[in-house]
Amino acid sequence: MTSLLNRLFGRPRLGSGKTAKDRLRFVLQHDRINLPPERLEEMKRDILAVIVKYVIVDKDRVEIALEQRDRNQSKLVAEIPVVKQTVPPSPETRLDSHENNSGKPADETEDSDDEDSAVSAAADAAASDDKSGAGEPQAGKKK
Amino acid sequence: MGGKVVTVTSGKGGVGKTTATANIGISLANLGKKVVVIDADIGLRNLDVIMGLENRIVYDLVDIVEGRAKLRQAMIKHKKFEDLFLIPAAQTRDKMAVSPKDMVELTDQLRENHDFVIIDSPAGIERGFRNALEPADDVLIVTNPEVSAVRDADRIIGLIEAADKGPGRLIINRLKTEMVNKGEMLSADDVFDILSLEIIGIIPEDEFVLSASNSGVPVTLNQGSRAGMAFNNVARRITGEDVPFMNLEENPGFLKRLMRFLDGR
Repeated sequence: MTSLLNRLFGRPRLGSGKTAKDRLRFVLQHDRINLPPERLEEMKRDILAVIVKYVIVDKDRVEIALEQRDRNQSKLVAEIPVVKQTVPPSPETRLDSHENNSGKPADETEDSDDEDSAVSAAADAAASDDKSGAGEPQAGKKK
Repeated sequence: MGGKVVTVTSGKGGVGKTTATANIGISLANLGKKVVVIDADIGLRNLDVIMGLENRIVYDLVDIVEGRAKLRQAMIKHKKFEDLFLIPAAQTRDKMAVSPKDMVELTDQLRENHDFVIIDSPAGIERGFRNALEPADDVLIVTNPEVSAVRDADRIIGLIEAADKGPGRLIINRLKTEMVNKGEMLSADDVFDILSLEIIGIIPEDEFVLSASNSGVPVTLNQGSRAGMAFNNVARRITGEDVPFMNLEENPGFLKRLMRFLDGR
Protein backbone atom coordinates (compact mmCIF):
# COMPACT_ATOMS: atom_id res chain seq x y z
CA MET A 1 0.00 0.00 0.00
CA THR A 2 2.74 2.44 0.86
CA SER A 3 4.49 1.66 -2.35
CA LEU A 4 1.24 2.34 -4.17
CA LEU A 5 0.99 5.73 -2.47
CA ASN A 6 4.60 6.44 -3.15
CA ARG A 7 4.14 5.69 -6.78
CA LEU A 8 1.09 7.89 -7.03
CA PHE A 9 2.55 10.81 -5.16
CA GLY A 10 6.07 10.49 -6.39
CA ARG A 11 7.66 10.18 -3.01
CA PRO A 12 11.24 9.05 -3.35
CA ARG A 13 11.83 5.51 -2.20
CA LEU A 14 14.89 4.50 -0.31
CA GLY A 15 16.72 2.87 -3.15
CA SER A 16 20.30 2.01 -3.91
CA GLY A 17 21.15 5.71 -4.12
CA LYS A 18 21.01 5.90 -0.34
CA THR A 19 23.18 2.81 -0.09
CA ALA A 20 25.67 4.39 -2.47
CA LYS A 21 25.88 7.50 -0.32
CA ASP A 22 26.38 5.53 2.89
CA ARG A 23 29.03 3.31 1.35
CA LEU A 24 30.85 6.32 -0.07
CA ARG A 25 30.83 8.08 3.27
CA PHE A 26 32.28 5.01 4.92
CA VAL A 27 34.98 4.37 2.37
CA LEU A 28 36.03 8.03 2.17
CA GLN A 29 36.33 8.36 5.93
CA HIS A 30 38.97 5.69 5.85
CA ASP A 31 40.57 6.79 2.58
CA ARG A 32 41.04 10.33 3.81
CA ILE A 33 43.08 9.43 6.86
CA ASN A 34 44.65 6.40 5.24
CA LEU A 35 43.36 4.06 7.95
CA PRO A 36 41.55 0.99 6.66
CA PRO A 37 38.51 -0.25 8.64
CA GLU A 38 40.33 -3.26 10.05
CA ARG A 39 43.15 -1.10 11.37
CA LEU A 40 40.64 1.19 13.02
CA GLU A 41 39.11 -1.78 14.81
CA GLU A 42 42.55 -2.83 15.90
CA MET A 43 43.20 0.64 17.24
CA LYS A 44 39.91 0.64 19.15
CA ARG A 45 40.87 -2.63 20.80
CA ASP A 46 44.26 -1.18 21.74
CA ILE A 47 42.73 1.97 23.19
CA LEU A 48 40.32 -0.06 25.26
CA ALA A 49 43.04 -2.38 26.46
CA VAL A 50 44.90 0.61 27.89
CA ILE A 51 41.84 2.08 29.58
CA VAL A 52 40.78 -1.13 31.29
CA LYS A 53 44.16 -1.25 32.95
CA TYR A 54 43.01 1.69 35.07
CA VAL A 55 39.22 1.62 35.27
CA ILE A 56 36.37 -0.77 34.72
CA VAL A 57 34.54 -0.03 31.56
CA ASP A 58 31.02 -0.86 30.52
CA LYS A 59 32.15 -2.67 27.43
CA ASP A 60 28.71 -3.00 25.90
CA ARG A 61 28.31 0.73 25.66
CA VAL A 62 31.72 1.73 24.45
CA GLU A 63 31.63 3.85 21.33
CA ILE A 64 34.71 4.91 19.46
CA ALA A 65 33.92 6.43 16.12
CA LEU A 66 35.58 8.30 13.34
CA GLU A 67 33.80 11.54 12.54
CA GLN A 68 34.43 13.80 9.64
CA ARG A 69 33.11 17.22 8.83
CA ASP A 70 35.02 17.48 5.60
CA ARG A 71 38.14 16.28 3.84
CA ASN A 72 40.57 17.97 6.21
CA GLN A 73 38.78 17.61 9.50
CA SER A 74 38.65 14.17 10.99
CA LYS A 75 37.97 13.39 14.61
CA LEU A 76 38.07 10.31 16.72
CA VAL A 77 35.21 10.55 19.13
CA ALA A 78 35.12 8.17 22.04
CA GLU A 79 32.40 7.59 24.57
CA ILE A 80 33.62 5.12 27.15
CA PRO A 81 31.31 4.68 30.14
CA VAL A 82 33.20 3.88 33.34
CA VAL A 83 31.60 1.68 35.97
CA LYS A 84 31.39 2.93 39.54
CA GLN A 85 33.66 0.87 41.72
CA THR A 86 32.94 -0.19 45.25
CA VAL A 87 35.78 -2.63 45.57
CA PRO A 88 39.07 -1.90 43.86
CA PRO A 89 39.42 -4.34 41.03
CA SER A 90 42.03 -6.99 41.32
CA PRO A 91 44.32 -7.31 38.32
CA GLU A 92 42.96 -10.73 37.41
CA THR A 93 39.34 -9.71 37.23
CA ARG A 94 39.72 -6.29 35.67
CA LEU A 95 39.12 -7.43 32.16
CA ASP A 96 35.94 -9.25 33.10
CA SER A 97 32.58 -7.56 32.98
CA HIS A 98 31.71 -5.29 35.88
CA GLU A 99 29.07 -7.47 37.55
CA ASN A 100 31.80 -9.87 38.56
CA ASN A 101 33.86 -7.14 40.11
CA SER A 102 31.37 -4.97 41.86
CA GLY A 103 28.78 -7.55 42.71
CA LYS A 104 26.06 -5.16 41.63
CA PRO A 105 23.32 -5.83 39.15
CA ALA A 106 23.86 -4.36 35.72
CA ASP A 107 21.11 -1.73 35.93
CA GLU A 108 22.70 -0.24 39.03
CA THR A 109 25.65 0.79 36.99
CA GLU A 110 23.45 2.88 34.72
CA ASP A 111 23.64 5.90 37.01
CA SER A 112 27.39 5.89 36.99
CA ASP A 113 26.92 7.24 33.51
CA ASP A 114 24.86 10.15 34.75
CA GLU A 115 27.50 10.99 37.26
CA ASP A 116 29.66 12.12 34.45
CA SER A 117 32.14 9.36 34.77
CA ALA A 118 32.45 8.64 31.12
CA VAL A 119 35.75 9.04 29.44
CA SER A 120 35.07 11.26 26.49
CA ALA A 121 37.76 12.01 24.08
CA ALA A 122 37.96 13.84 20.84
CA ALA A 123 41.24 13.70 19.10
CA ASP A 124 42.01 15.32 15.82
CA ALA A 125 43.13 12.61 13.54
CA ALA A 126 45.94 13.30 11.20
CA ALA A 127 44.10 14.19 8.07
CA SER A 128 46.05 17.24 7.04
CA ASP A 129 46.99 17.87 3.45
CA ASP A 130 50.58 16.86 3.79
CA LYS A 131 49.57 13.55 5.24
CA SER A 132 47.06 12.65 2.59
CA GLY A 133 49.50 13.74 -0.08
CA ALA A 134 52.35 11.80 1.40
CA GLY A 135 50.46 8.53 1.38
CA GLU A 136 50.74 8.02 -2.30
CA PRO A 137 54.14 8.79 -3.80
CA GLN A 138 56.02 6.16 -1.83
CA ALA A 139 54.74 3.42 -4.05
CA GLY A 140 55.56 5.18 -7.29
CA LYS A 141 59.00 6.43 -6.38
CA LYS A 142 61.12 3.94 -8.18
CA LYS A 143 63.59 5.31 -10.61
CA MET B 1 49.43 37.36 -17.14
CA GLY B 2 46.76 37.26 -19.83
CA GLY B 3 44.62 34.19 -20.31
CA LYS B 4 43.52 31.63 -17.81
CA VAL B 5 44.53 27.98 -17.71
CA VAL B 6 41.71 25.60 -16.82
CA THR B 7 42.51 21.94 -16.24
CA VAL B 8 39.81 19.30 -16.59
CA THR B 9 40.54 16.19 -14.57
CA SER B 10 38.80 13.33 -12.74
CA GLY B 11 40.94 10.57 -11.34
CA LYS B 12 38.77 7.87 -12.82
CA GLY B 13 38.71 7.28 -16.55
CA GLY B 14 35.63 7.29 -18.70
CA VAL B 15 33.64 9.86 -16.78
CA GLY B 16 33.64 12.41 -19.59
CA LYS B 17 36.73 14.59 -19.24
CA THR B 18 37.39 14.78 -22.94
CA THR B 19 33.74 15.42 -23.77
CA ALA B 20 33.67 18.16 -21.14
CA THR B 21 36.89 19.73 -22.43
CA ALA B 22 35.69 19.76 -26.04
CA ASN B 23 32.32 21.21 -25.17
CA ILE B 24 33.62 23.84 -22.79
CA GLY B 25 36.22 24.87 -25.36
CA ILE B 26 33.63 25.21 -28.08
CA SER B 27 31.18 27.03 -25.82
CA LEU B 28 33.86 29.52 -24.80
CA ALA B 29 34.76 30.09 -28.44
CA ASN B 30 31.06 30.54 -29.15
CA LEU B 31 31.03 33.27 -26.51
CA GLY B 32 33.70 35.06 -28.51
CA LYS B 33 36.67 33.98 -26.41
CA LYS B 34 40.06 33.05 -27.80
CA VAL B 35 40.62 29.48 -26.77
CA VAL B 36 43.23 26.72 -27.02
CA VAL B 37 42.41 23.19 -25.90
CA ILE B 38 45.31 20.87 -25.12
CA ASP B 39 45.10 17.09 -25.11
CA ALA B 40 47.50 16.08 -22.32
CA ASP B 41 46.63 12.40 -22.60
CA ILE B 42 49.82 11.45 -24.40
CA GLY B 43 49.64 7.98 -25.90
CA LEU B 44 45.84 7.91 -25.80
CA ARG B 45 44.89 10.80 -28.03
CA ASN B 46 41.17 11.45 -28.25
CA LEU B 47 40.29 15.11 -28.02
CA ASP B 48 40.96 15.40 -31.76
CA VAL B 49 38.25 12.91 -32.72
CA ILE B 50 35.74 14.33 -30.27
CA MET B 51 36.27 17.73 -31.88
CA GLY B 52 36.28 16.35 -35.40
CA LEU B 53 39.81 17.51 -36.16
CA GLU B 54 41.60 14.16 -36.44
CA ASN B 55 42.52 14.46 -40.09
CA ARG B 56 44.24 17.80 -39.74
CA ILE B 57 46.97 16.75 -37.37
CA VAL B 58 50.55 17.21 -38.48
CA TYR B 59 52.40 18.05 -35.27
CA ASP B 60 51.56 17.40 -31.65
CA LEU B 61 52.34 18.43 -28.07
CA VAL B 62 55.56 16.41 -27.89
CA ASP B 63 56.77 17.89 -31.18
CA ILE B 64 56.46 21.34 -29.62
CA VAL B 65 58.18 20.32 -26.40
CA GLU B 66 61.04 18.63 -28.24
CA GLY B 67 61.46 21.49 -30.67
CA ARG B 68 60.45 19.74 -33.89
CA ALA B 69 57.59 22.16 -34.43
CA LYS B 70 56.85 25.75 -33.59
CA LEU B 71 53.92 26.29 -31.26
CA ARG B 72 51.88 27.83 -34.05
CA GLN B 73 52.45 24.86 -36.35
CA ALA B 74 50.96 22.38 -33.90
CA MET B 75 47.87 24.46 -33.20
CA ILE B 76 44.98 23.15 -35.27
CA LYS B 77 42.29 25.66 -36.03
CA HIS B 78 38.70 24.52 -35.52
CA LYS B 79 36.55 24.29 -38.64
CA LYS B 80 33.87 26.54 -37.31
CA PHE B 81 35.61 28.95 -34.94
CA GLU B 82 38.43 31.24 -36.00
CA ASP B 83 39.73 31.58 -32.46
CA LEU B 84 39.57 27.99 -31.27
CA PHE B 85 42.65 25.80 -31.50
CA LEU B 86 43.58 22.26 -30.56
CA ILE B 87 47.02 21.05 -29.57
CA PRO B 88 46.80 17.27 -29.94
CA ALA B 89 48.59 14.70 -27.83
CA ALA B 90 51.30 12.53 -29.34
CA GLN B 91 49.96 9.09 -30.02
CA THR B 92 53.17 7.05 -30.05
CA ARG B 93 54.84 8.41 -26.93
CA ASP B 94 54.11 8.25 -23.22
CA LYS B 95 53.45 10.72 -20.40
CA MET B 96 57.16 10.98 -19.57
CA ALA B 97 57.82 12.76 -22.86
CA VAL B 98 56.49 15.96 -21.24
CA SER B 99 57.26 17.45 -17.83
CA PRO B 100 55.16 19.72 -15.62
CA LYS B 101 57.70 22.48 -16.34
CA ASP B 102 57.22 22.02 -20.11
CA MET B 103 53.50 22.49 -19.62
CA VAL B 104 54.00 25.68 -17.65
CA GLU B 105 56.26 27.10 -20.34
CA LEU B 106 53.87 26.14 -23.11
CA THR B 107 50.81 27.58 -21.42
CA ASP B 108 52.65 30.76 -20.49
CA GLN B 109 53.19 31.37 -24.18
CA LEU B 110 49.57 30.60 -24.98
CA ARG B 111 48.25 32.89 -22.26
CA GLU B 112 49.65 35.88 -24.08
CA ASN B 113 47.28 35.62 -27.01
CA HIS B 114 44.33 33.65 -25.67
CA ASP B 115 41.63 34.11 -23.08
CA PHE B 116 41.48 30.46 -22.08
CA VAL B 117 43.73 27.43 -22.26
CA ILE B 118 41.77 24.28 -21.44
CA ILE B 119 43.80 21.18 -20.61
CA ASP B 120 42.29 17.72 -20.92
CA SER B 121 44.04 15.70 -18.23
CA PRO B 122 44.54 11.95 -18.54
CA ALA B 123 42.96 9.67 -15.95
CA GLY B 124 45.08 8.60 -13.01
CA ILE B 125 47.19 10.39 -10.45
CA GLU B 126 50.60 9.99 -12.03
CA ARG B 127 52.79 12.03 -14.34
CA GLY B 128 50.10 12.86 -16.91
CA PHE B 129 47.88 14.30 -14.20
CA ARG B 130 50.82 16.23 -12.73
CA ASN B 131 51.58 17.66 -16.16
CA ALA B 132 48.02 18.84 -16.57
CA LEU B 133 47.76 20.21 -13.03
CA GLU B 134 50.98 22.20 -12.80
CA PRO B 135 50.00 25.16 -15.01
CA ALA B 136 46.36 25.31 -13.83
CA ASP B 137 44.74 28.48 -12.50
CA ASP B 138 41.44 26.71 -12.24
CA VAL B 139 40.64 23.03 -11.90
CA LEU B 140 37.43 21.33 -12.93
CA ILE B 141 36.83 17.84 -11.57
CA VAL B 142 34.50 15.70 -13.62
CA THR B 143 32.65 12.91 -11.87
CA ASN B 144 29.63 10.69 -12.36
CA PRO B 145 26.98 10.11 -9.70
CA GLU B 146 28.42 6.71 -8.99
CA VAL B 147 30.44 5.27 -6.09
CA SER B 148 33.77 4.61 -7.79
CA ALA B 149 33.83 7.90 -9.71
CA VAL B 150 33.06 9.94 -6.59
CA ARG B 151 35.65 8.08 -4.59
CA ASP B 152 38.31 8.80 -7.18
CA ALA B 153 37.18 12.42 -7.38
CA ASP B 154 37.72 12.71 -3.63
CA ARG B 155 41.22 11.35 -4.00
CA ILE B 156 42.07 13.74 -6.81
CA ILE B 157 40.61 16.69 -4.89
CA GLY B 158 42.96 15.85 -2.02
CA LEU B 159 45.93 15.86 -4.40
CA ILE B 160 44.82 19.12 -5.99
CA GLU B 161 44.60 20.76 -2.57
CA ALA B 162 47.96 19.33 -1.56
CA ALA B 163 49.45 20.91 -4.69
CA ASP B 164 47.91 24.27 -3.74
CA LYS B 165 45.75 24.27 -6.83
CA GLY B 166 42.50 23.91 -4.97
CA PRO B 167 39.76 23.92 -4.25
CA GLY B 168 38.55 23.28 -7.79
CA ARG B 169 34.99 22.96 -8.92
CA LEU B 170 32.86 19.96 -9.76
CA ILE B 171 31.14 18.87 -12.94
CA ILE B 172 28.64 16.12 -12.28
CA ASN B 173 28.27 14.35 -15.58
CA ARG B 174 25.68 11.87 -16.83
CA LEU B 175 23.07 12.47 -14.18
CA LYS B 176 19.86 10.53 -14.80
CA THR B 177 17.06 12.57 -13.27
CA GLU B 178 14.58 9.76 -13.48
CA MET B 179 16.82 7.41 -11.53
CA VAL B 180 17.55 10.09 -8.93
CA ASN B 181 13.81 10.57 -8.47
CA LYS B 182 13.42 6.86 -7.88
CA GLY B 183 16.18 7.01 -5.29
CA GLU B 184 18.32 4.75 -7.44
CA MET B 185 21.10 7.23 -8.12
CA LEU B 186 23.15 9.71 -6.13
CA SER B 187 21.74 13.19 -6.63
CA ALA B 188 23.86 16.27 -7.26
CA ASP B 189 23.16 17.26 -3.65
CA ASP B 190 24.41 13.88 -2.43
CA VAL B 191 27.65 14.32 -4.34
CA PHE B 192 27.99 17.83 -2.97
CA ASP B 193 27.39 16.58 0.59
CA ILE B 194 30.12 14.00 0.22
CA LEU B 195 32.77 16.03 -1.60
CA SER B 196 31.83 19.48 -0.25
CA LEU B 197 33.09 21.21 -3.33
CA GLU B 198 31.37 23.90 -5.37
CA ILE B 199 29.46 22.53 -8.35
CA ILE B 200 30.03 24.36 -11.62
CA GLY B 201 27.90 22.08 -13.76
CA ILE B 202 25.34 19.31 -13.70
CA ILE B 203 25.16 17.56 -17.04
CA PRO B 204 22.15 15.35 -17.68
CA GLU B 205 22.54 12.02 -19.41
CA ASP B 206 21.87 12.68 -23.06
CA GLU B 207 21.94 10.40 -26.08
CA PHE B 208 23.07 13.29 -28.21
CA VAL B 209 26.50 13.04 -26.60
CA LEU B 210 27.16 9.71 -28.28
CA SER B 211 25.84 10.95 -31.61
CA ALA B 212 28.12 13.94 -31.20
CA SER B 213 31.18 11.82 -30.61
CA ASN B 214 30.18 9.63 -33.56
CA SER B 215 30.08 12.61 -35.85
CA GLY B 216 32.81 14.73 -34.28
CA VAL B 217 30.48 17.67 -33.70
CA PRO B 218 30.29 18.37 -29.95
CA VAL B 219 26.82 18.62 -28.38
CA THR B 220 27.08 22.28 -27.48
CA LEU B 221 26.60 22.93 -31.19
CA ASN B 222 23.31 21.04 -31.04
CA GLN B 223 20.54 23.38 -29.95
CA GLY B 224 18.25 20.55 -28.89
CA SER B 225 20.68 18.87 -26.55
CA ARG B 226 20.20 19.34 -22.84
CA ALA B 227 23.73 18.20 -22.13
CA GLY B 228 24.91 20.75 -24.67
CA MET B 229 22.99 23.47 -22.88
CA ALA B 230 24.43 22.40 -19.54
CA PHE B 231 28.01 22.50 -20.89
CA ASN B 232 27.29 25.91 -22.32
CA ASN B 233 26.27 27.06 -18.86
CA VAL B 234 29.54 25.70 -17.45
CA ALA B 235 31.46 27.79 -19.97
CA ARG B 236 29.55 30.92 -19.02
CA ARG B 237 30.23 30.25 -15.33
CA ILE B 238 33.92 29.90 -16.13
CA THR B 239 33.87 33.40 -17.56
CA GLY B 240 32.46 34.60 -14.24
CA GLU B 241 28.86 34.91 -15.28
CA ASP B 242 26.24 33.96 -12.71
CA VAL B 243 24.08 31.40 -14.49
CA PRO B 244 21.25 29.66 -12.66
CA PHE B 245 21.21 25.89 -12.84
CA MET B 246 18.75 24.60 -15.38
CA ASN B 247 15.84 22.55 -14.21
CA LEU B 248 16.78 18.94 -14.73
CA GLU B 249 13.61 17.72 -13.15
CA GLU B 250 11.37 16.19 -15.71
CA ASN B 251 8.71 16.20 -13.02
CA PRO B 252 6.07 13.96 -14.56
CA GLY B 253 3.15 15.45 -12.64
CA PHE B 254 0.33 13.57 -11.00
CA LEU B 255 -1.61 12.57 -14.08
CA LYS B 256 1.36 11.12 -15.85
CA ARG B 257 2.33 9.18 -12.74
CA LEU B 258 -1.21 7.90 -12.41
CA MET B 259 -1.16 6.72 -16.00
CA ARG B 260 2.23 5.17 -15.50
CA PHE B 261 0.91 3.40 -12.43
CA LEU B 262 -2.17 2.12 -14.20
CA ASP B 263 0.13 1.00 -16.95
CA GLY B 264 1.82 -1.19 -14.39
CA ARG B 265 5.15 0.60 -14.47
